[in-house]
Amino acid sequence: MKTVSAVDAVALIPNGATLMIGGFMGVGTPERLIDELVRQRKSDLTVIANDTAMPGCGIGKLVDAGLVGRTIASHIGLNPETQKQMIAGKMAVDLVPQGTLIERIRAGGFGLGGVLTPTGVGTVVEEGKQKVQINGSTYLVETALHADFALIDAFLADYLGNLSYALTARNFNPVIAMAAETTIVTAEHIVPVGLIAPDHVITPAPLIDYLVTS
Amino acid sequence: MSAVDPQTIIAKRIAQELRSGMLVNLGIGIPTMVANYVPAEVKIFFQSENGLIGTGPIPEQGMGHRLLTDAGGRPVTALPGACTFDSAMSFGLIRGGHVDITVLGALQVDTHGLLANWMIPGKMVPGMGGAMDLVTGAKRVIIAMQHTAKGKPKIVNKCTLPLTSARPVDLVVSEMAVIEYVGGRATLLETGPGVSVEEVIAATEAQLTIPNKVPEMRL
Repeated sequence: MKTVSAVDAVALIPNGATLMIGGFMGVGTPERLIDELVRQRKSDLTVIANDTAMPGCGIGKLVDAGLVGRTIASHIGLNPETQKQMIAGKMAVDLVPQGTLIERIRAGGFGLGGVLTPTGVGTVVEEGKQKVQINGSTYLVETALHADFALIDAFLADYLGNLSYALTARNFNPVIAMAAETTIVTAEHIVPVGLIAPDHVITPAPLIDYLVTS
Repeated sequence: MSAVDPQTIIAKRIAQELRSGMLVNLGIGIPTMVANYVPAEVKIFFQSENGLIGTGPIPEQGMGHRLLTDAGGRPVTALPGACTFDSAMSFGLIRGGHVDITVLGALQVDTHGLLANWMIPGKMVPGMGGAMDLVTGAKRVIIAMQHTAKGKPKIVNKCTLPLTSARPVDLVVSEMAVIEYVGGRATLLETGPGVSVEEVIAATEAQLTIPNKVPEMRL
């Protein structure tokens, strides 16, 4: 694990990168990395996240700046700008049921090719997907998702990279930490090694590549 | 009761379905109001699918915590005994059949209980969020909705809007009726305050099974 500035961390990300970004309606999103992506004008990004928050907040800032070419999310209903860009053909949007989205990410990080889920059977979500019968029930084959970078927001990080989260800001963060080539973390508090009790570490240090310290 | 607005009637009636110890997930809108009418002695575990069990009331102004929100991103509180978890766990609870009741809104429900509640092609494409997982996985699905929209029935023969799940809902509560799907048939269990069976039939497109005795909701 290396400590970096937000400027240097974002400089690692090329245009066209696939990013998994933590957060649920902006809660648990690494806002400093988002601001730096906008400042460095990283463009044509593919964003995999629960939602695109709202204009001026979290991932919504990337959308406002026109930096997102494709979004894979479960909900865009509270961001009219995302809907506008989707309708105008400026941004491709894949809508995925929330439970399926997080499982596809989990599968990516856990070394699985995908998951079998009953969610979406008999709806438009099943179009173009393989269906399998197991013990009399029908499941969709949902493939794993991977990313170039996971942008994570934690509550506590130590200098090894162990992470813990607060309240509802955990959401997608520990799951995306498993599914990307490179992980970058911002944390509310950076604490000495040993201060986060072993039982309270949610994301183990070896998963983290970069901790933003300035 | 006639002075009570439709949303309050619906929320109060659905609150009667909740029992102590249940894990319950409420959708946005009228479903959220259900929590306001649960008697103090009934202890429910309310889930917010963004990663919380033990969701409490909306905080007083200035008392919210920016890292404690509900699935709509609004500030909430966590009751003593609450717990938090990630989204994989949250949807494992939902899809895995651990949620006893989910209460959701609807655009349309059909004769067999199939639900459409997530999109109007060309008009409203917000994404399904957690709705498809909730309807597919919860033990019991209760729909909270006004009986008609702009005078048109919402309980229809066949949904014309995209379906949410292949799994039918269990109960529909409107301000006019309580309808249960018994053996795949829409059955009128109760009428709303001051509403006759004939009025319910007139406001419903789907064929209803009418038992000999249909009592009025007791609120």
